[in-house]
Amino acid sequence: MIRDRKDRGKNAWKQVTWEEALDLIEEKVNYIKENYGAEACFTIQGTGREVILYAPAYASAVLGTPIFTTALSGDSCYGPRCAVGDYQFGAGYPELDYAAFFPDRYDNPQYEVPKYILIWGKNPIYSSGDGFFGHAIIDLMKRGSKLIVVDPRVIWLATRADYHLQLRPSTDAAVALGLLNVVISEDLYDHDFVENWCFGFKDLAKRAAEYPPERVEEISWVPKETLIAAARAFATNAPSSVAWGLALDMQANGIQAGYAIMSLAAICGYIDVPGGITLTMPASFMGKWRYDTFGFLPDELKGKYIDDPSYGAHNAGSPQGHQSHPDLIVEMLETEKPWKLRMLWILGANFLSAQGAMPRRFYEAYSKLDFVVTQDVFMNPTAMALADVMLPLTMVGEHEGIALPHFGRNTHLLGAINKAVDEGDCKSDVEIMILAGKRLNPDLWPWDTPAEFFTSQIQTKYDWTFEDLQNDVIYQQEYVYKKYEKGLMRPDGKLGFNTPTGKVELKSTIYPGWGEDALPYFEEPLYGPNSSPMVMEEFPLILTTGGRNITFFHSEHRQIPSMREINPWPKVTIHPKTAAKYGIQNGDWVCIENPMGSFIQKAKVAKEVDPRVVHAEHGWWFPEQDAEVPNLFGAFKSNPNLCVPQKKIGKLGYGAPYKGIVCKIYKVDGLDG
Amino acid sequence: MSEYGMIIDYKYCTGCHTCEVACRKEKDIPLDEWGIKLFEVGPDELKGKWYWNFIPLPSDYCDLCHDRIKAGKKASCEFHCLANCIEIVRIEELSAKMIEYGNSVTCFIP
Repeated sequence: MIRDRKDRGKNAWKQVTWEEALDLIEEKVNYIKENYGAEACFTIQGTGREVILYAPAYASAVLGTPIFTTALSGDSCYGPRCAVGDYQFGAGYPELDYAAFFPDRYDNPQYEVPKYILIWGKNPIYSSGDGFFGHAIIDLMKRGSKLIVVDPRVIWLATRADYHLQLRPSTDAAVALGLLNVVISEDLYDHDFVENWCFGFKDLAKRAAEYPPERVEEISWVPKETLIAAARAFATNAPSSVAWGLALDMQANGIQAGYAIMSLAAICGYIDVPGGITLTMPASFMGKWRYDTFGFLPDELKGKYIDDPSYGAHNAGSPQGHQSHPDLIVEMLETEKPWKLRMLWILGANFLSAQGAMPRRFYEAYSKLDFVVTQDVFMNPTAMALADVMLPLTMVGEHEGIALPHFGRNTHLLGAINKAVDEGDCKSDVEIMILAGKRLNPDLWPWDTPAEFFTSQIQTKYDWTFEDLQNDVIYQQEYVYKKYEKGLMRPDGKLGFNTPTGKVELKSTIYPGWGEDALPYFEEPLYGPNSSPMVMEEFPLILTTGGRNITFFHSEHRQIPSMREINPWPKVTIHPKTAAKYGIQNGDWVCIENPMGSFIQKAKVAKEVDPRVVHAEHGWWFPEQDAEVPNLFGAFKSNPNLCVPQKKIGKLGYGAPYKGIVCKIYKVDGLDG
Repeated sequence: MSEYGMIIDYKYCTGCHTCEVACRKEKDIPLDEWGIKLFEVGPDELKGKWYWNFIPLPSDYCDLCHDRIKAGKKASCEFHCLANCIEIVRIEELSAKMIEYGNSVTCFIP
């Protein structure tokens, strides 16, 4: 579908053929590239879907621009945890060992069931994040694993846990340092692993000594008895493991928190052992055609991605390649400096409903673009507000594709997506990439079909084809434990880890170069009882957002009747005591407000949260409502990101306060106030 | 009388609603009716401990997927259950199976 630029925001779409749509894209992109340079074009990607394997290629190999980005402030999803994996272990994403590499799974003779699983800032049952199958936790519980849950909410797993550390949102680093304090001061750590394979233990011990359980309780609200008991259980029951989640990414102090948690796992000896934490080299089956496509750019464009030299962990060589920084892109659109961005290709992102902090600001800034293409399965607020071309995508059962967990950073399998049905005049992300690539950058696109493309990528490493994979369904990688003892963690074959010291860096030799402390530390969130007592006089509650709802994936699925029937409205969870204080009853409409903005959701009065905390669902819009501007399917009615600031991010460029802000609440008459 | 019964090992039921949707699709049940419905109790504190349980309750639509079972398949809810906490067994095996599952287990003979 295409729409005249002056009709953006109106339901004035005109259906055209694929040929006509691609003609228009070719004409507009070539015009912009000739007149303003390829760097006036960029791509923006969503998360957790197939297209994120191809989004960097859409930028570098299709449009020929060095700029690809997301809309998430501080790129606060997955990247921060990967940065910890990269810089601390010199490896890919550290993941709970749930026997995923073995065809016989939990029965494999090498495997051991973790005694404790430390589930931190993650509700894997409902999120299955990044390719981790969340219900594997249930498999492990049935086989004897016990749980320690660190979460501001009483998630269902917390009611099954031996220990629940119900912390104040965004005080994770303090809790992690408190656990380290107990494990070190009580001498419960793995001396052999620390002496042979860790760097900087003494300095870490000194830092952890600054966080005795009493102090941690004051900061985090976690009773010191619970903290001490959890630390002892985790450290004295080998092997145990960690499943860490998005909550660590969504705070400015998140890298430090993740760093402290992984240090805890390391000194307990749980790295790369059966039933501990798996690590692999960060290489993927599709790696040659993902961030590597940046290499196809001419040298004069390679320096033109958008980042800040002070954002060390996010900058060049980061886990996300040369991904431009989302907060800087918003500013660039607003100021038109260092140059004016003109063309955007949106890949599976509805950033006005999810990702974008201060979404009205996004709407204004992104409206300035000359030409916007998007592709999606359903119409959504972002497409309705901003796009000039909308390409309809096939769903997963309607095309051929590949799936790999953890985006190549801890990839236990490569799976084939086999086409099962053929309906409508839609195409897949890969088909569109090849068609557009052939028009805009033909030298790089010799393939005619997705199968040819996949086979050529598979054969950079293996001698089989995509058709073989389709027949076998999955290919599982081999896994070797204790790779650091076998010279398998470093490209040069030496023993140890692929870090500057060759060891697990409990004290970073990298961070100080970026002006960051070499050791993990706690920093108060921007708003909170200790950092902004004045603000909290008017906005006395802590607002955390984004806990998953089983029926939806971020801003998706509100238009599917069988999903919406289960969860018809956005819900803000309020403790019964707090609800009573504000005269709110279960099911009432409630406005949640702070200095940034306000939004409305329905009250769920439940003890899932502390009385001082409320939790709001994210990603809500209403496909049944008026599509056009200004309503835009109600995109600005229930979106908690209206209360989340932009560019209040961590020192290293990663992490933003989506999960730890403040608010006041009051009853209103309905969704419209 | 049914030849089979449905065991729910509800200590592991995570409230994912998959059984509801799987059943609705299998039996083509309209949105204002249901074949199996999830009930939730909690979270609340009992005897100083958290209590939060989900239990799916089959409706009059439920025939324990008689045709699927006769064809050697699992019932649709049982097959799709992410926690593997639903099992359809022969009625005379119910009590032995429930003892195997231990605590927090129930059964339905719809």
